[in-house]
Amino acid sequence: MTDRIFALFRRIGRNRMLLAGALLCVVVAIMALGADLLTTRSPVRTRMRDAFQPPSAQFLFGADQLGRDVFARVMFGARLSLLIGLATVGVTAIVGTLVGLASGYFRRLDDILMRLMDSMMAFPAILLAVGITAALGPSGVNAVFALSAVYIPRTARIVRSSVLVVREMEHVTAARALGATSRRVILRHVLPYCMAPLIVQLTFVFAYAILAEAALSFLGMGPPPPAPTWGNVIADGRDYLREAPWICLFPGIAISLTVLGLNLLGDGLRDFLDPRLKIQQS
Amino acid sequence: MGRYIAHRLATTVVVLVVVSFISFSIMQLVPGDPAIIMAGLGASGDQVQRIREQFGLDQPFMFQLARWYGGLLVGDLGESITLSRPVIQALAERAPATLALAGVALALTLAIGVGAGVIAALRQNSWIDRLVMAIAVFGVSVPSFWLGLLFIIVFGVMLDVLPTGGYAPLAEGFTAWIKSLILPAVSLALLQIGLLARITRAAMVDVLQQDYMRTARAKGLPDWVRIGKHAFINVLVPVVTVIGIIFGLMLSGSVVIETVFAFPGIGRLMANAILTRDYPVIQGGLLVTAFAFVLLNLLVDVFYSWIDPRIRYD
Repeated sequence: MTDRIFALFRRIGRNRMLLAGALLCVVVAIMALGADLLTTRSPVRTRMRDAFQPPSAQFLFGADQLGRDVFARVMFGARLSLLIGLATVGVTAIVGTLVGLASGYFRRLDDILMRLMDSMMAFPAILLAVGITAALGPSGVNAVFALSAVYIPRTARIVRSSVLVVREMEHVTAARALGATSRRVILRHVLPYCMAPLIVQLTFVFAYAILAEAALSFLGMGPPPPAPTWGNVIADGRDYLREAPWICLFPGIAISLTVLGLNLLGDGLRDFLDPRLKIQQS
Repeated sequence: MGRYIAHRLATTVVVLVVVSFISFSIMQLVPGDPAIIMAGLGASGDQVQRIREQFGLDQPFMFQLARWYGGLLVGDLGESITLSRPVIQALAERAPATLALAGVALALTLAIGVGAGVIAALRQNSWIDRLVMAIAVFGVSVPSFWLGLLFIIVFGVMLDVLPTGGYAPLAEGFTAWIKSLILPAVSLALLQIGLLARITRAAMVDVLQQDYMRTARAKGLPDWVRIGKHAFINVLVPVVTVIGIIFGLMLSGSVVIETVFAFPGIGRLMANAILTRDYPVIQGGLLVTAFAFVLLNLLVDVFYSWIDPRIRYD
């Protein structure tokens, strides 16, 4: 047993992308969870006397046009942006898996479900999210709803293509011959085979969702101000590029590092969970 | 091939019908009475009633839907509330700027993305390869609108060499035109350049290992024929397939990028429509971009089946 755990750790250790990605994600998670400990300042309290303070020991990332501490806004922004991203991943995972399983396993549903998914994918990603939030009104919950609508079809397609392969395998035929119910066959014999590509896909959905949420917030379609999402902070700094470029600079770095971490994690997980893919690619 | 195209056309028509339905339904998602929201704050009861009648919001759902599809058949997408002109006209006025932006961004993406991917594949595991792949991974991680703001700070404010926003039509001269496009096009293209470089590299690495490449070498063909002809043409197959995806990403990105650069295109029209609750413009913009995206993908698929006959399934 210990041998196997050591072997596992050696494999993780050799996968440098996985390590780097995981490390970045841990750093961002610490920012999000420890926002209260990392800063004593409020991310929303304004103090006009401090407006446009450049970065210093007192204001690590400077202060914005209302004298709010940009460092505090970026740390608490991590919490809000990750929360919206995670919620999107959760909704996408549940609905996308259900649709993918149904359409791959019950062939009669396939045509109808896949045409619907194709039509949803016909809208350029952010445009669909923008259209939905425009109708529902700007809020965090609506952003989650809109982003899930964007990523559910893409995820359902990936699950479906795994199901199509697995359902022809002998162990599934055997389970059916033994009289297992559809539910049992799907949950016990089909779903486990879909997990590896699903997990990889969800990691990328997390990355896209962070980027898309930032864009939505920037357009004024995310949680309304003064909520400190990364996109909102960048939108705040947009009119003061000349006088106070630091307002825009730091939240953008935070977004980039988070998305980079998730992308590396996704690439690393793909190699780790399915070594065959790596051989094919290189 | 005729059968494949017929099949693809049929599914495209179905998708377009559903796409129109989804665009129409956006209005049904509006909580409460859309007429009150569209009329804006402080509108009188009369004004709300007029909007309700003008947009047929007092009619049953099926009637509204029939009116929407009927309008589509004759190219009528309804009236804009804030611009006081037909939606289709507002979109047509903004289309040239967006097409110019997308065209230049696409040209940049193809030239740099494919070029970098090929070079990386030819020098596998060298420092150039590592650098290209590192930039590609960073490229897909940086938000494009933030990159645009950085460009404005560096090239517009600090160096003061390029305009920080707006669009100069080609009629005002080529230099002014291209200058107004450089920053937004590069910001828009970066994500796709990274994506395309990775895809091109993988395809090139794959092709270089094929038997016919060894044969070409054994025949003593010069490098430029082997790489430039035998290998490159086969690399183009996966590149063509992702052009549709790249175009979709550009349409997506244009909403934010056009807002950053105050660029008078369809994306900014939609961003403004959202702020002013001009739902007909939002519906029309969604519909037109989705149609463009679907039709381009149809073209890509047909072209793809023509260059690679193995694809025609059934």
